[in-house]
Amino acid sequence: MDLVKKIFFTLSGIITVAILLVIVSYILINGLPFIDFEFIFSNPVDSGRSGGIFPMIISSLYLLVLTALIAVPIGVGSAIYMTQYCKSNAFVNFIRFCSQILSAIPSIIYGLFGFTFLIMFLKLDWSLFAASVVLAIMSVPTIFQVSEISINSVPGELVEASLGLGANKSQTITSVILPSAISGIFTGIILALTRAISEAAAVMYVVGSTFTVPLSIFDAGRPLPLHLYILASEGVSLDNAYATASILIIMVLIITVFSNYCLNRYQNKIEGL
Amino acid sequence: MNEKFIEKGLLSITLCLFFIIALIIVFLAYESIPAFHHFGLIKILSDIHWIPDLNLFGIFPMILSSLLVSFLALIIAVPLSLTTAIYIEELSSIRIKKLFKPIIQTLAGIPSVVYGFFGLTVLIPLIRDYVGGDGFSILAASIVLAIMILPTIITLSQDAIRNVPFEYKQASFALGSTHFQAISKIILPAALPGILTGIILGLGRAVGETLAVLMVIGNVNQIPSSVLDSARTLTSNIALEMCYAMDIHYHMLFVNGVVLFVIIVILMALTICIQHKWGC
Repeated sequence: MDLVKKIFFTLSGIITVAILLVIVSYILINGLPFIDFEFIFSNPVDSGRSGGIFPMIISSLYLLVLTALIAVPIGVGSAIYMTQYCKSNAFVNFIRFCSQILSAIPSIIYGLFGFTFLIMFLKLDWSLFAASVVLAIMSVPTIFQVSEISINSVPGELVEASLGLGANKSQTITSVILPSAISGIFTGIILALTRAISEAAAVMYVVGSTFTVPLSIFDAGRPLPLHLYILASEGVSLDNAYATASILIIMVLIITVFSNYCLNRYQNKIEGL
Repeated sequence: MNEKFIEKGLLSITLCLFFIIALIIVFLAYESIPAFHHFGLIKILSDIHWIPDLNLFGIFPMILSSLLVSFLALIIAVPLSLTTAIYIEELSSIRIKKLFKPIIQTLAGIPSVVYGFFGLTVLIPLIRDYVGGDGFSILAASIVLAIMILPTIITLSQDAIRNVPFEYKQASFALGSTHFQAISKIILPAALPGILTGIILGLGRAVGETLAVLMVIGNVNQIPSSVLDSARTLTSNIALEMCYAMDIHYHMLFVNGVVLFVIIVILMALTICIQHKWGC
């Protein structure tokens, strides 16, 4: 009887893995044949029916860097304040509540907000900058929550030792607390940024939608997920949609493998010391 | 002096989180008030027709479809993710456990548009050929959503199961229970609050998902009579009509947003209640 139960649970584990494998391999099998040097490094032709996706890759990279530049200081900074400086419990709970709500708000609401606030109210142009502001707002709660947890789990003895040696608070934070919490903080940042560059709904009304390579952050752009959405939903080109989806999946795979590798190495280094 | 400056700087950064929320609420309210003023809350919520050209803006069918799709997704996702979480935490070896971590991460990291695209190219033809209808249906949307919320529910259930004190399990074994008795009588009940939180967060994600649903649900605005019917959710309505909406129509889309926001806040309140009641 227990064996039957064990097989049942194992089977559901296998199904979960199978779902991932089926989706990833289906997209890759259909998409990889269309990916070559030219597809990655050329502009789309005839609104994406043929040609490549170079401008979309550049747009996504712009968004990745800009979002990180805006969201990381806010997320990590507020986590430091909450764990090291703030003395009021009520304030801590209140900010945590705010960040929980922020992380639960659907992306389309961020899209609405971005459109009315950035485009209509502040009169910004449709641009990568406006899009990265929206994406940064979406990323802050994840970075904040994960950083708070990892800073809180730094052993108190380390902090006391540092203070005991005569370091002041800011020195302790920069040379003791942050280095010991960095692997957690890094995970949070990667998690948040992966979501940010996978997002299409939140940016579709602030990023504009062009086929040219964006030169500055104030140009309009078209990130990869949005391109895939338009290709697929408007039936522009199925082959190019498969190829774009493959690029997105490969990107996620690289990020996941790379971040896990870095974390493992870092943890081994810490434990080895 | 320097220290004080750093503290003040960090405080102002922290307050950003609050200001962002405040800004979002203010702008949602500001843009939706004209519509509330024009039609009245009752009419907006109860009218079953959404025909912008005729000035008819009822969002009841969309609320119904959003909830229907999301609950159906839960019905599909919860059993699978719970059993998977139990398998990973209780029954698998350490090596397999390590293997699952990047798998769940990848599942969570795949962009929602890719899931929608997969639904569009695989699920819809399958449903059309083997189940019926034209494929674009609530069923397709719920399956896509179920796959998308799997990692959320699995991860949070795993955390909850892992955090059950080891002594509970030992005590259960000492009293002569088998591993599966310990799982069903001790571990799952003790992990229930965390699992429920995971399910509610999954529900929130399902209600809020836009493009993946939009690509497979068909977007016909009607009260669905079966799971094979096409429907339109609150989120996809915003995404579809935002690009050309004018005047009162534009403001009505913000009413859509407000309703979504309220649903999410209710779900949040529910998780906070759960955490308070069980004290975790």
